[in-house]
Amino acid sequence: MSDPILKLEGVFTNIAQYHILQGVELTVPRGEVTMLLGRNGVGKTTTLRTIIGHWRAHQGSVMFDGQDITKLPTPAIARAGIGFVPEDMGIFADLTVEENMILAAVSGAIDDNRLQWLFTVFPALETFWKKDAGTLSGGQKQMLSIARAMIEERALYLIDEPTKGLAPAIITTMARAIKELKQQGASILLVEQNFAVAKALGDSANVMDDGRMAWSGQMAELTQDAELQERLMGLSMEAH
Amino acid sequence: MSAAPKHAPTMAQMSLAERLAPYAPILLVVGLVIAGFVAIPATSSWLTLTVSGLAMGMMIFIMASGLTLVFGLMDVINFGHGAFVSVGAFVGVSFLLLLEHMTGAPNLLWNLTALMVAIVGAMAATGLMGYAFERVIVKPVYGHHLKQILVTMGGLIVVEQLIIVLWGPEEIYITRPEALKGAITFAGAALEKYRLVAVAIGLVVFLAMRYTLRRTKIGLIVRAGVENGEMVQALGYNLRMVFIGVFVAGSALAGLGGVLWGLYQEVITAHMGNQTMILVFIVVIIGGLGSVEGCFIGALMVGLLQNYVAFLEPKAALISNIALMVAILMWRPMGMIPVVKAK
Repeated sequence: MSDPILKLEGVFTNIAQYHILQGVELTVPRGEVTMLLGRNGVGKTTTLRTIIGHWRAHQGSVMFDGQDITKLPTPAIARAGIGFVPEDMGIFADLTVEENMILAAVSGAIDDNRLQWLFTVFPALETFWKKDAGTLSGGQKQMLSIARAMIEERALYLIDEPTKGLAPAIITTMARAIKELKQQGASILLVEQNFAVAKALGDSANVMDDGRMAWSGQMAELTQDAELQERLMGLSMEAH
Repeated sequence: MSAAPKHAPTMAQMSLAERLAPYAPILLVVGLVIAGFVAIPATSSWLTLTVSGLAMGMMIFIMASGLTLVFGLMDVINFGHGAFVSVGAFVGVSFLLLLEHMTGAPNLLWNLTALMVAIVGAMAATGLMGYAFERVIVKPVYGHHLKQILVTMGGLIVVEQLIIVLWGPEEIYITRPEALKGAITFAGAALEKYRLVAVAIGLVVFLAMRYTLRRTKIGLIVRAGVENGEMVQALGYNLRMVFIGVFVAGSALAGLGGVLWGLYQEVITAHMGNQTMILVFIVVIIGGLGSVEGCFIGALMVGLLQNYVAFLEPKAALISNIALMVAILMWRPMGMIPVVKAK
């Protein structure tokens, strides 16, 4: 494997008195879609939030592109080249879609070519460009959340359950957007509960259990082994 | 690159009630003015009271606008905000006393120039003081409301005592610049010149703040930060630096409010800032934490109601604003234009 874009070694994260991450090991290869899977409450979201710096790892290290970002403040981590799409989408409801996008273009004005590309990926954004983001539907908000992370080129995208609660047609749009992002050379760490999506997008997979990495390997390996799925996640992908 | 399916949603016209809902707070102000017109027998009295109420509202807005952003952006309860009002008034009045030759001349241009110098001086002093206040007093207590209340109250007391040390314990009586004394007559109503100036300055401040918040990137960062600070940081913006900037600007605005309020009352004391804080907090709460527009509309309502009720039933003036706050919170528990969601 070439040098990974992101590497977590022995990461422990506590939230108040709760020990959520207990020695997480994770490697995200360059230019691939890496899935982070597991049951609810095993620490997937906490892992992403620890990488972006919303929670602090009190032990272990987070290396991004050869740089130790474990103790960097969140804005510095983001500017180092990591885009983040949180589970709750993090939309600024009182700002218009346009204002959300202007804000996301951290380094200056919006690149028009990239915006036009995003309009072809997510046409709803162009339709509701001047509307308050709070008035969008759940699916449109999710599109905006991902588009906001994509408006500037980032080396790594952390995306937390982008298809949660969405209609099948919108899930297809999301999956296509993530594929296009990968084709452009970006690396993606994706938390996903929808196994069909995980199977379609993932190159490699990491399954968490109880704050630790229970299994890491190729996505194809996991999809072919029903017994492994049953053991790691308590259910088989064939059920989906 | 593949294209997504054609997006052609059906757009439906909203009902009249839905379209009017966002304008309900401003319609309340209009309703209050109309109610005042109906209740006050003489039109000239109504006009005088309305201008007086608007002037008072504008000054409260100037003092409250910084506080609401500080509240909204970093969840900081600053009970020491009144200190900036007092210091602004004392610094501003000191400048006016130094420029007595300009304020005493019956020349509007000279008077306004002196007033501007006093305002700039007061804003610079309170802005610097705001920076020190944030670094020394507020910074150690982020995230702890009770400590914030205690320590900012302590800061207020220290500043009030420092004012007494520097300017003496006596209240200072001041006269307004010569050309701003007296009133002009319009439609049979006497409109105090100074109040008209206060209305004009308040409008300029509101429009400048609105422009900054709506049309500039720093304004977008502030508005987004009020709503979801964590996400603003995840986009790559250092919200702490933005907050310090807002704290300094809010302190400077409180200083401006102090100069205007001092000239309005024609007397200044070390405790004047603390005394105005009751109205300021009422305005911040009914406007909706973090909302500059809500703060503006709330301030106008408080100013107008206070003046109308004081004319109609002086004994009820004291409770009218509390009653207004209760009524608004029963209607919209998060304030008229809620920005910050319940935490």
